[in-house]
Amino acid sequence: MSPHSTAAARLEVERIRRDFPILQSRVRGKPLVYLDNAATSQKPQVVIDALVYYYCTQNANVHRGVYYLSEAATRAYEGGRETVRRFLNAASTREIIFVRGATEGINLVAHGYGRRHLRAGDEIIITAMEHHSNIVPWQLLCEATGAKLRVIPINGDGEWIWEEAVKLFNPKTKFVAAVHISNSLGTINPIARLIRLAHEWQVPVLVDGAQAVPHQPVDVAALDCDFYTFSGHKAFGPTGIGVLYGKETLLEKMAPYQAGGDMIKSVTFAKTTYNDLPYRFEAGTPNIAGVVGLAKALEYLRNVGYDKIAAHEQELLDYATAALATLKPLRIIGTARTKASVVSFVLDGIHPHDVGTILDRDGIAIRTGHHCTQPVMEFFNVPATSRASFAFYNTTREIDALVEGLHKVIKIMAA
Amino acid sequence: MDELRELYQQVILDHNKNPRNFGELANASHHAEGYNPLCGDRIHLFLRVADNIIQDIRFTGQGCAISKASASIMTSLVKGKSTTQAQELFDKFLQLITSDPTQPVEVSGLDRLVVFAGVREFPLRVKCASLAWHTLKSALSESGAVVTTE
Ligand SMILES: Cc1ncc(COP(=O)(O)O)c(C=O)c1O
Repeated sequence: MSPHSTAAARLEVERIRRDFPILQSRVRGKPLVYLDNAATSQKPQVVIDALVYYYCTQNANVHRGVYYLSEAATRAYEGGRETVRRFLNAASTREIIFVRGATEGINLVAHGYGRRHLRAGDEIIITAMEHHSNIVPWQLLCEATGAKLRVIPINGDGEWIWEEAVKLFNPKTKFVAAVHISNSLGTINPIARLIRLAHEWQVPVLVDGAQAVPHQPVDVAALDCDFYTFSGHKAFGPTGIGVLYGKETLLEKMAPYQAGGDMIKSVTFAKTTYNDLPYRFEAGTPNIAGVVGLAKALEYLRNVGYDKIAAHEQELLDYATAALATLKPLRIIGTARTKASVVSFVLDGIHPHDVGTILDRDGIAIRTGHHCTQPVMEFFNVPATSRASFAFYNTTREIDALVEGLHKVIKIMAA
Repeated sequence: MDELRELYQQVILDHNKNPRNFGELANASHHAEGYNPLCGDRIHLFLRVADNIIQDIRFTGQGCAISKASASIMTSLVKGKSTTQAQELFDKFLQLITSDPTQPVEVSGLDRLVVFAGVREFPLRVKCASLAWHTLKSALSESGAVVTTE
């Protein structure tokens, strides 16, 4: 037990688990052990109920109708925006744009900001542990503008090499895009420090917070980041909804991303006037139910409490790290000093895909593969890893099941 | 557990640990690369073909037990065969690993490939088992493109 978790502040994990219907289910005849939370998280009943309630009582299009239901749907949608604003501590709801997920948030900025402001010879800084979603949009931007990518390298523990980061900045640097918490290594990055450094060079920073929001509070005002994006589905909300936060001053200077519907104020064949923020970046009918579900998920998270979540997840991480260390042929990839509850590992001589298949027969879901971070795999010279990623509803008992399953893997594969 | 034993048969585990025909082939007349983005498996296949006969065949790469054993057994089986025979074997093999697991295995002409019958129970692993074969087909067609299983 962690010394910080006093009886009063402890997360009652068994009670929490009852909030998630899927955690009561069995797969292949065994109780589900879901350890792939970095890919997507499970949904509490309150989120599922919110979706059902919305469709049963409020469903209509937003910002258009003059009738009761449209007003109700608009209120639910814009109420969700205010919930997200408070959650991120943004200055205004004008800074909260609803997107499909982190990937779309990054593409929106690469397109809307990047194509308008970057020129041939400019430089964009990313890091060696980015998800493909935070690499490829910048490569496309480079192709379109003639800008160049510069990459902050990492060390053998999976941490940014700070001295190298500092050296990458120069007057040609025009944008920084960096991941807050790595999905394949678990590293919690010193993002505030990188933002301060970039701002010394007057360079805006986009933070990929897809893995941060499920684990720790995010305060965009305190971070002073210029853009912050995350996905609802990794934070106990529905799929197909995500958030892009952007500073109003920057959003005002961006080109439209997609065109049509709510992003327009008036259209004639001679000229189109774009709508105000945030609607300018929300073309077409938005994911209204998704926003309702996401808002409920964020409220749920706040009610559970990040302090309790952090303490419980640290306990899970420590427990898993120690338990996995007892397996002789196992090597953990990603050993940063500050980590989220993500453990990537390789078993000597056994391919992760075989590990995943054998564990699955015991109802244990982990991720095996490159986790959309192929440069990380290349750096550590492994084709893929197995990854167990924990949410606050996971238990040490489930980690025991994982370790037992791995013993079975070793036995079968050594036969 | 039984299904797992069926998938990871002794023969497969043995080929995984001691792959036959592993390494590059000097004076190869054909080459192709196969890639499975799902698990990062990669295979390079080298062949020496003369008079439509696969005179020699070797492979390199990394992959899971199923894909490695499949490449190992495939290379042993097609060596000395005509390209047409190799293609026929591929068709039979694909039929086997995608067939209904509740039905008896149609073994005729499959030779040692029957050890892959267990793959039928694991639809996600069909790509692993067939990667080497798709790569063989590509090498023989001399398209030279990287084959992916996506
Ligand atoms: C760090 C990181 N960034 C971006 C993404 C992409 O998120 P989404 O697929 O929800 O757009 C992920 C998802 O795996 C991620 O882990």
